[in-house]
Amino acid sequence: MSTDDMIERHIISVLVDNEPGVLARVIGLFSGRGYNIESLTVAEVEWSKGLSRISIVTSGTPMVIEQIKAQLARLVPIHSVCDLTEVGAAIERELALVKIINDGENRIEALRIADTFRARTLDSTLDSFVFEITGNSSKVAAFVDLMQSLGDVEIARTGVSAISRGNRIDLTAK
Amino acid sequence: MANTTPAARTSAPKAGQDMSMAGAEILLKTLEDEGVEVIFGYPGGAVLPIYDALFKNNKIRHILVRHEQAAVHAAEGYARSTGKVGVVLVTSGPGATNAVTGLTDALMDSVPVVCLTGQVPTHLIGNDAFQEADTTGITRACTKHNYLVKDGAKLQHVVTEAFHVARSGRPGPVLIDLPKDILMGDFVYVPDGVTAQATARYQPQTTPASDQIKAAVSMMKRAERPVIYGGGGLINSGSKASALLQQLVDITGWPTTLTLMGLGALPASDKHFLGMLGMHGTYEANLAMHDCDLMLNLGARFDDRVTGRISGFSPRSTKIHVDIDPSSVNKNVHVDLPIIGDVTAVLEALIAEMKAQGFKPHKASLDNWWAKIQGWQKKDCLAFDQSDAVIKPQYAIKRLCELTAQKDVYVTTEVGQHQMWAAQYFDFEKPNRWMTSGGLGTMGYGLPAALGVQVANPDSLVIDISGEASFMMNMQELSTLAQYSLPVKVFIINNEWMGMVRQWQELIHGGRYSESYSASLPDFVKLADTFGMTGLVAHSTGDLDDVIIQMLETPGPVIADIRVAKEENCFPMIPSGAAHNEMLLGPADQAEKPISEEGMVLV
Repeated sequence: MSTDDMIERHIISVLVDNEPGVLARVIGLFSGRGYNIESLTVAEVEWSKGLSRISIVTSGTPMVIEQIKAQLARLVPIHSVCDLTEVGAAIERELALVKIINDGENRIEALRIADTFRARTLDSTLDSFVFEITGNSSKVAAFVDLMQSLGDVEIARTGVSAISRGNRIDLTAK
Repeated sequence: MANTTPAARTSAPKAGQDMSMAGAEILLKTLEDEGVEVIFGYPGGAVLPIYDALFKNNKIRHILVRHEQAAVHAAEGYARSTGKVGVVLVTSGPGATNAVTGLTDALMDSVPVVCLTGQVPTHLIGNDAFQEADTTGITRACTKHNYLVKDGAKLQHVVTEAFHVARSGRPGPVLIDLPKDILMGDFVYVPDGVTAQATARYQPQTTPASDQIKAAVSMMKRAERPVIYGGGGLINSGSKASALLQQLVDITGWPTTLTLMGLGALPASDKHFLGMLGMHGTYEANLAMHDCDLMLNLGARFDDRVTGRISGFSPRSTKIHVDIDPSSVNKNVHVDLPIIGDVTAVLEALIAEMKAQGFKPHKASLDNWWAKIQGWQKKDCLAFDQSDAVIKPQYAIKRLCELTAQKDVYVTTEVGQHQMWAAQYFDFEKPNRWMTSGGLGTMGYGLPAALGVQVANPDSLVIDISGEASFMMNMQELSTLAQYSLPVKVFIINNEWMGMVRQWQELIHGGRYSESYSASLPDFVKLADTFGMTGLVAHSTGDLDDVIIQMLETPGPVIADIRVAKEENCFPMIPSGAAHNEMLLGPADQAEKPISEEGMVLV
């Protein structure tokens, strides 16, 4: 396998006009052209200008990643596109809410592990907890794995949100 | 909503003063501001307010087509022959869904079109109301951009931006979905326009980076076996691009090939022109592409019909790719030097930089290269055998070209064998004279497109080179031709088969001609007669010239039914999954080089 064929994971952030259909445009582009979406998060970030930021985790060969960025950039409501994986060090965080239902030793173990992972306890009954955990995707995944071995689990994850390190603004409005 | 009293509407506004008027009127005013003269459309419930406003409007002409798909193709023909934006007006629901094929066609061929669709009133959207369809949802993937106008105060802005998006950068279709309450409600129209705000959001790069131009010229200086590969971008960029291409070709003396979409960008009679390239391109064009050491791609997109098998595509060349759309770069073929910009601006910069760097082509190596190309040209790959009375389709098109050479002629086509023969045997000397469905391959494109071309160029000769099967896909438009006395000449290459389907079934599917015969064809002469137009038929080579001359001399629309050899195949051909140097030149080759299994799954 040459480096041209290597599948790479990239975090791409996009600044968009917060208007109806913009998310459908982005998702439609990925499904229509057969690109992967590992996770996608979206929320308004600049209320006064009506701008939202979409963070997409995707994977593909370098040629496909370049295509994804070029295809995104030509959508009319998109202001700017930044490949955070390419520009250098970036911080990525994900938040998960994990409900676990168990008792006895497993219940104590779940609480101990939550403490180790610095998860917060948001809710408790006599036989359940809801934990909040933040971190990069692998930390969240490790925590979820452990919880699953200790009881019945329900999970809500936000997907990755990311921003570059340092004093540079990556995404600017047109 | 900015509703105002009727009194405010009727009082005469001062110049420059904002005016309140119905949405439908704001729409037409804004279309006038955009220079729209013609709309191709079909009425229906949701767009009645627009039709009512049109009734009172004397600046915009409406052409009533017979099917919404045809409205879009007509607008495409109008746009491609003039360089202006084509405008379509259809109703909600079925009006919009019928337009989808045309919109996809315009997207694939980068044709600037604005399509106005009616929509149910905003309070009914999402209720499965009568003639409701999720038009913006359905057309998101087949437009460059689309809008649903939910606030009448934004209507003028949206329409202005839509035209800007349709014509700027890589052109394409833009759709505006207009709920009926927005069309009927009163809103403010700004007479001085809203252009500055409306164009700010979409500003594609058109000027190339100077370091890329410098790099390109230094690559060009080293070239020993160069080829210029020009595409539809040269046409879309405006006639100046074609003039600059001619300059570039004259300075360099380089061999030049054009894609299906680019035909006419360099005159077919230019001695540097190698003919079209690709699946049914010429032997010399394809081998020049395969063996070149420098490829200068001007506004073409390395389409699969052009490249053949990617791994075998021009394996030893350095590739420069000029494109206005960054997403075209490195999509199919990896290139060494991308230049993002409008091809007119790029050619201007390239020619200036060539002069600055004192560019001179390598005389000796270029002579050798031309000698090699001339060797390929000796194969005479477009030769055909017209020995008996049965008309060969190639001969019919060749004669049509020869007999119209002195005229101001525009040609459209449908899709299939006749389309490829038209590309091969009809010579185009100017840009914007050739309208064909390249990317989408839409049967039924040619007749409505010809209609639009004729509306835009009322005094010119417009010919739809057609096939009998494609023709029947949109032949209802004969009625439109008749209504407006549009003198389009429909030249049907009638072989009674869906010829290209038949050809692939012969080459790939063991001659099992499944459902590709056009049974129960109408008598085209009588068909013409029922629409009050002239019908002609040519049965043998002896009739052909007379029929063509009669067709050209008859005023008004004409259908010429040209009965041609039924089993003629379109050659040369690069079979699916093959490379440029693996062409089939004729029937003798097809037995020797069976199509690979990998090739069979490709289209």
